[in-house]
Order: sequence, then structure tokens, then C-alpha cells
Amino acid sequence: MESNFSHVDAVLEQYGNEQKNLITVLQQIQAEYRYLPREILEHVAEKMKISIAKIYSVATFYENFSLDPKGKYVIKICDGTACHVRKSIPILEKVRENLGVSEQKPTTDDMMFTVETVSCLGACGLAPVMTVNDVVYPAMTPQKAVELLDSIRKEEGIC
Amino acid sequence: MLTSQKELQEYRAQCARALDSQELRVLVCAGTGCVAGGSIKIYNRLIELCKEKGLKVQVELQKEIDHGSIGIKKSGCNGFCELGPLLKIEPMGWLYLQVKLEDCEEIAEKTLVNKEPVERLFYKDSTGTYEKQFDIPFYKKQTRIVLDECGQIDADSIDEYIALGGYAGLERALFEMSDEQICNEIEESGLRGRGGGGYPAGRKWHQVRKQPEKVRYIVCNGDEGDPGAFMDRSIMEGNPHRMLEGMLIAGVATAASEGYIYVRAEYPLAVERLKRAIEQAEKLGLLGGNVLGTDFSFNIHINQGAGAFVCGEGSALTASIEGERGMPRVKPPRTVEAGLFAKPTVLNNVETYANVPLIITKGVEWYRSVGTETSPGTKAFAITGNVKNTGLIEVPMGTTLREVVFDIGGGIKGDKEFKAVQIGGPSGGCLTLSAGQLDLALDFDSLKKVGAMIGSGGLVVMDENTCMVEVARFFMNFTQNESCGKCVPCREGTKRMLEILERIVKGNGTLEDLDLLEELAHTVSKTALCGLGKTAANPVLSTLKYFRDEYIAHVVDKKCPAGACQALKQYKINPDKCKGCSKCARQCPVQAISGEIKSPFEINSEKCIKCGACIEACPFGAVEEV
Repeated sequence: MESNFSHVDAVLEQYGNEQKNLITVLQQIQAEYRYLPREILEHVAEKMKISIAKIYSVATFYENFSLDPKGKYVIKICDGTACHVRKSIPILEKVRENLGVSEQKPTTDDMMFTVETVSCLGACGLAPVMTVNDVVYPAMTPQKAVELLDSIRKEEGIC
Repeated sequence: MLTSQKELQEYRAQCARALDSQELRVLVCAGTGCVAGGSIKIYNRLIELCKEKGLKVQVELQKEIDHGSIGIKKSGCNGFCELGPLLKIEPMGWLYLQVKLEDCEEIAEKTLVNKEPVERLFYKDSTGTYEKQFDIPFYKKQTRIVLDECGQIDADSIDEYIALGGYAGLERALFEMSDEQICNEIEESGLRGRGGGGYPAGRKWHQVRKQPEKVRYIVCNGDEGDPGAFMDRSIMEGNPHRMLEGMLIAGVATAASEGYIYVRAEYPLAVERLKRAIEQAEKLGLLGGNVLGTDFSFNIHINQGAGAFVCGEGSALTASIEGERGMPRVKPPRTVEAGLFAKPTVLNNVETYANVPLIITKGVEWYRSVGTETSPGTKAFAITGNVKNTGLIEVPMGTTLREVVFDIGGGIKGDKEFKAVQIGGPSGGCLTLSAGQLDLALDFDSLKKVGAMIGSGGLVVMDENTCMVEVARFFMNFTQNESCGKCVPCREGTKRMLEILERIVKGNGTLEDLDLLEELAHTVSKTALCGLGKTAANPVLSTLKYFRDEYIAHVVDKKCPAGACQALKQYKINPDKCKGCSKCARQCPVQAISGEIKSPFEINSEKCIKCGACIEACPFGAVEEV
């Protein structure tokens, strides 16, 4: 990865080197790598002339940035108020149990799935909801969530 | 590119004629809710079917008049998300609900070809069948003035917005009013910030206008973070131009030339629609250099949030746009003096800006005729939770909670008892039946008096099976997670309050805990730096006030009256139902169940870990939670 900064350089070229664009730049990097690799951040620090500490201070403040690699499928289970009162926690528990992950270890060993919670997707009319790579699945139940996981596994040829 | 008022007016007339010439307009709801339900597939299928049947179909509004054509459009959120995907047929005003891909064939044949309704897709309830959208009880009691075009027009079309009178407010502001007049009108209209605080928008604009510093910014807060709220998302997705027009008018009023929209990361569709709307407006000369040929120039940028609730706070939001950690700062100086990049800044939320064009085009008097004396206009609410009709609604300020929950919301799901409404998200409080608050008017001042707030407008309805202590814990967990950690009262106070609440729901709380909780709540409210901390204790204080008996039941009797707290549940075997098959005993991981075959088994509650395995194992439904 160290040798390949072309993507980052293109992003920096597009958005500019000012501090005000830092969050956008980090979002673009995360969109590419699904997390923020340290080598890339060091490169950004150098290019933007911002200290690496400053970049880390921003990267660690916002929940959407991840310093650890995420799985190919990022599953977000909404635990906003509306989903919560319509029983989202049993879905979360079932999905974690099914994938063998936890709050501390959200990603499966094969780097296929990452399970996160989100505080509200604004799709409260469909509560409880979950998303897989930003596609919204409405009116979920633990059972439907497992079926969804199975269909992804099938697609990927892992059973 | 339109370079004068006259050109805009001509363009508007042309768009209106084109829209009128469409014989049928089919609006497929493409709000986040209906998209999740498959509405895009329905949209594509209908276009396909039209082509197969040789119908003249317009996916985009064509300026050449083509009588007898059918416009098929993706609209914004209609609000009735519970029964989506929704399909609307204009000019008849028909609304089809829960449309499936398989229904498309019939819709195409009956409605698109023969102009007949598909009756089975109309809304039905115990009071009858409703063919027209605005006859349905859910819509009938609403007053949709801000959301009126959400669902009525193609959300991606500036032409349709203009056809219905869009950008007439900007026109008036640019060509017929001075900056002072605009600010005066907004102030006289009584428009108050819809983001929660309810600060008069016109006063804010005046303050920015009068600043000696000439570089000013217009910022739109679209960081709708309150869980259970999605009004702003629906406006951004359904009618982005209304909001852009509001920002433009604010720009004219305060001589600003740059605007920023801060949208939360969880709303990708809103970002996409806004981007397109900005491009369209730039292309027509409504945004960018020399708007409509005048010397007013205005550019709008979109900043996507990165998942921090605290960024909904003004100074945190501006810090985030600057590329910093989104932490609030001490005020003064206030945002109107030194906001974004330390320049005077008008900061309003999405719904507030969306009100502005209405006030400028329809006038102060008209605006003040809706709502109450001190809170004019309407408010959009997202009504969710244990209510029959969840969705997005808009009612005049001052509408009672009863009308919202029962007349519009249709009452409680499963016909359970109404218990409370949580309003204003993690910063708000509860309105309860026991305190007689069902007839309380929903407006800024009435709610403040009872310790709640409108907040951004999330209304979560709770039934008898919701545990209010658990609700308080839920919100405290949220605020604690989202506390930025800058000030001690919020960082430590929310943490300790959460610990106490967790103890209570687990059945380990004491009566002293309740006093400590109350004391902490008051301290944090008084001493925290920003709005997040100051209001963090509201859910606790309001549940303690109205549901103290539930707290006491948890700490003294170790019981959860609503039966929601897992740790306080007791499992019992109903001897009348138990056949003595021993399946439960074999499943129990801690051997807490014993008995003799063919006679009722028993659970030893000392040993029971409340895992629920016995409930799943029992084929007769004999294991009950008490």
C-alpha cells in the first residue's frame, strides 16, 4: 500500500490542501479503503502540512471514521428511539450471535462482515431497520436478519 | 441561464404550461422509506409498461407542450411511510398504498390506459375506503404548507418546483425588497427556529445584517441527529429547492455570498438530491455569480457530517465545517458575531429555511393566520413508536397531542393503552396521560412550561409495555456516547447518571440512587457547556417527575411494572398448560427446572438466569414471563 498513494493524491488534488477540507478528504479515503490506513494518514499529513496528531484528533472524534479495517459488508443496526421501542436489540443480539462478533470485536475473522449500531437512520416509519452497505432493510426481525445474512453468504459462496 | 426577473417569469409560465399539459402525473414515492420498500423498481417497471403499451411517457418535464402525455416521477416523502411504497395519481388525487411490483401491470392497464382507479390499493380502515389522499384521516387533520410540495412534485426537478411558483420568494427579495425589509418581514412573521430552541429567525438575521464585518456566511443545519426525527431529511430529499431558496433569501437579507449545508452522514440520498438541486440552480443562474443578472452572487457548498451528534450544536457544527473536531465552544461571542471562520453567520435549520420562501411570497399576515400567537406557522413532526400510523406529519403549532396521536396517528398499535410520548429526543421530555398532558398544545412555550421541548420534532409514542426507566437509560446511553468530553459536567455527569440508571434497570438500585440521580441531573443541567449537556438530563428529570412510582418499583420491589426489563423478569410455568414433557428442563443451561414427567414442572427462580431458553423450548406455551 505504501507505494500506492495515487488515489489519495487525486483526492487531495480535487479538494485542496486546506484544513477545512480535512474531513471530506478523510471521508474519501475511507470510501476507498473502508478504513483509514496509517500510512495514508501520514501521507495526508505531509501533503496537507497538518500534524499527524491533528489528523488523528479529527479521525478519532467522529464515529464514522475507523482506524481498523472493516468487513466487506458493513451491517448497521439502527437503535434509534423508534427502532428501540420496536425491539431492535434482539435483532442486534441475533446478528452478533450468528456472526460470532461482539461490541469489542465487530468484524468477522474472514473480513466479510462488520456489525455496528447506529443512532437513527431516519427511516423510523419502517422500524426496526438495518442497513447492509447503506441499503435499507425495513421492518426487520431476528429471523429476517438471519435470512438476510444467509443470502449474503450464499452469494459469496461461503456456507 | 436566466438573467432577469422577466426571464424567470417567462420560464415559470413555460414550465407551468408544460406541467399542465401532462394528462396524468404518476408520482412514485422515492423517500428513504419507500425506496427500501422497492419503489424504484416500481418506477422503472411502470415506465417499461408505458412504453410497451405505446403510451406517451415523460420521465422529465418536457418544455414542448405534448397533450395527453403521462409524467412518471420520483417524488419526495409523502409521510405515510408505514404503508409504503406509495403511488400518487394526479390530477385525480388518488393514493395507492403498499404497492407491489406485481401490481404494476394492473395499474398500467386500468389507471394509465383507461384512467380508472385500482380500488383495492386505496386506503381502507374501519371508517371506509378512501380514494383521495387528502380525505384519509392521517392527512385530513394536517396542514401541509412546508411539506406541501414534498410528494407533489418530482424531487429532482427544478422545473416542476418553478412551475408551482418556486423561486418567486427569491425574486421578490432580490427585485422588490431591501435587505432590511426582508429581515423585518421574517421578524414580523414570528418565524422561530425549528431546530429546537425556537429563537426568532428574523432577529438573528437582523443581528448578522448589522455586523461591521462584511464577510458573512449562511449555514444550514441539516445534522438532524435526534433519534426518531426525520423531518429535515424529508425536506432535503423531497423538495430541496425550497430550502435552497430560503438560504438564498437569507443571503440577500444579510449580504452574504457563501452558504454551507451540513448534512449528516446517515442521509446519503439527501446529499445526492441536494447536489443535483444545486447544479440545476447554478445552470439556471439562480445560484452562482450574478444571480438573475443582479450583482448578488451566492454559492452553496455541502458538507457531510461524519457521525457526531454534538455537531447539531451551532459552534460544534461550524467547527466541523472548518475541518476541526466538532466541539462546542464557550459563548459569547455568539454565532451571529463570530460563527463560521469567525465571521458573522446566520445558522438556521432545514425546516426554518423551508418556511422562508412562503413568508416572502404569501406575506406575513397569511403566515400568522396559521399556528398560535407566539408560535406562528406549522411544525413538522416525525411520529413513530407504538402508534398505528407512523410517518411524517405537519400540523399548525398549537395542535393538541391528542389530535396528533389519535386522530392523525390512529391511536396505539395493537390497541394497547397509551402511556406517554417522548418529545424532543434526548434533549426533551415526556408528556403523559397521568399528568393530563394529552390535551396540551404543541408549541414552543406550552412545552417549555412542562419541562419538555419541541426539539427538532421527533414524537415517539409509547404504550403500556414500555418501561420509562429503560427509556431514560436509553437516552442517557445515547447522550453519554455522544458527549464530546470537553466539559466535565457533561462528560462525567452523563457517565455517572448512566451507571445509576443501569443499576436500577438491573434491579440493583437503591432509594438513595434516586436522590443522587436527581441531584446529578440538576447539576449537569446548570453547569454543562452546551445544549447537549444542559438538556441531557431532561429525559431523567421528566420520567422521575411523572413515573417516580416506576422507579420505586424497580428499586424497592425489584419489579418492572411494564415487564420490559430483562433482569427483573421472572419466569414461571403455568401448571394448567404444562404437560410435563421435560423439554424445558433439558434445554435449561443451569438446571433450574425440575419436575416429574407428566406433571407440571417448576422453575427455581434462585437458579434461573432468565435466558428464555425454556420459553423457546416449550411446545405448549406454558412458560410465562411475569
